[in-house]
Amino acid sequence: MRTLLAISLSALVGSLAWAGEDSSLVIDGEEIKIRATAPAHADALDEVYSGWVFRTDETQALQMDDFENPAFVFVDQAIDMFSKVDGTEGKSCASCHDDVAEFAGLRPTMPRVVDGEVVTMEDMVNGCRTKRMGAEPWKWSSASMTAMTALIGLQSRGTEINVKIDGDAAAQWEAGKELYYTRVGQLDMSCANCHEDNYGNMIRADHLSQGQINGFPTYRLKNTKLNSVHGRFKGCMENIRATPFKEGGEEFKALELYLASRGNGLSVETPSVRN
Amino acid sequence: MRILRRACFGALTLILGASTTLAADIAPGDVVFTDGAVTASLTGVQGDAANGRKVFMNRKLGNCLACHANSDMNDQSFHGEVGPVLDGVASRWSEVELRGILVNSKMMFEGTIMPAFYRDAGFTRNLKSFEGKTIMSAQQIEDVLAYLLTLNEE
Ligand code: HEC
Ligand code: HEC
Repeated sequence: MRTLLAISLSALVGSLAWAGEDSSLVIDGEEIKIRATAPAHADALDEVYSGWVFRTDETQALQMDDFENPAFVFVDQAIDMFSKVDGTEGKSCASCHDDVAEFAGLRPTMPRVVDGEVVTMEDMVNGCRTKRMGAEPWKWSSASMTAMTALIGLQSRGTEINVKIDGDAAAQWEAGKELYYTRVGQLDMSCANCHEDNYGNMIRADHLSQGQINGFPTYRLKNTKLNSVHGRFKGCMENIRATPFKEGGEEFKALELYLASRGNGLSVETPSVRN
Repeated sequence: MRILRRACFGALTLILGASTTLAADIAPGDVVFTDGAVTASLTGVQGDAANGRKVFMNRKLGNCLACHANSDMNDQSFHGEVGPVLDGVASRWSEVELRGILVNSKMMFEGTIMPAFYRDAGFTRNLKSFEGKTIMSAQQIEDVLAYLLTLNEE
């Protein structure tokens, strides 16, 4: 009986088979680390896996070639925006940063804690816009913001994530960890229930990953745009019928710090493609 | 027109009647558990297995297939792998145990991911629209229970 069921099930999910143990992600000749020994502070995990590992062959293929990757439409828009003057100071990003390539190495260390506050990539971008350019801040998950953070993240693609969790960062990291394990909503689940206890399992039509954020912002086939980290957190909370925290608020920033650190050892994969 | 109206109204009360707690129902906070099992029927009305089968599949109600595979529903695509396969579940658990698992499985399986389907309080950051509400009504629990009792073949 058991075998019979297994067969009928695999027929149903046939196209969802997850990438073999030895699949690898190489883009433009560069190897992206999609699995790594889990960092000591992710004590419930032995290995960490990028969400790419859990996607279908078709979705995976879209990310293996930048010409196929739909996220690059938005990256191209960000390249234009980078040198476009905005705000009262008559400046563009390029007025202060000659070449976006100078941001290589930034993404793998984000977010950081400065003076007890978590600083994300979005905070840095908006800091420049408001303080240096005299421009309006961009909304957290807006098309401009996700395009720009994708362009900046791309400069570090292939570099190992190495987010700092000790010293100044410890208190915020603990706060994020607490949120990760807190059950919320009418379905009364924590992030860990799905992404730590059940990664690799199907939950109806979805193949559960570890919920890593090394590929953000991520292009989703579902909504055909770039999605921010906090936008994804919000979606997962709503799915379990919980009232989400505010995008850009201190709870989601602490959670982002904690999640980013669980990916230490994986490569930056920005901009990734997911379903 | 008048007749039409009345007919619609009748249909509406039926729908409302199915999803709100009726006076005769045992309220979520008053359910008595014994070792994770619930002896008393929540409604005193025999469950309807055919309706229970629908509630089991419905993504907004039981959504049981999200986590459990069930061969009786092989026409439905995508059965989850988070919980045990439910084939033959009635030969593993008694009626009163299954009722307990449906009402609040945490009383039977400590720390389980499975949601409590008849609980209306004690949540953290519940969405406003679900505040004070259960996932399923008392009668829907009895209906799904009646359906589970038909799953007695491994
Ligand atoms: C009921 C199950 C469930 C819960 C609980 C849940 N998620 Fe998810 N999450 C999913 C599913 C399904 C997906 C899409 C498939 C995948 O990547 O796992 C997803 C995707 C994600 C992703 C995207 C991963 C990628 O590779 O792009 C992140 C990040 C994430 N979740 C974070 C969280 C956080 C943080 C929480 C808690 C606030 C949470 N999730 C709670 C089901 C859940
Ligand atoms: C989010 C996941 C999830 C959902 C949704 C869910 N379950 Fe479960 N269920 C589980 C898990 C996991 C277990 C195993 C108990 C444990 O160890 O946590 C379980 C156990 C059970 C058992 C005992 C099975 C056995 O063989 O021991 C029954 C019966 C059951 N569930 C019925 C249901 C029904 C009926 C529904 C829908 C009304 C449902 N479940 C929805 C996850 C789920």
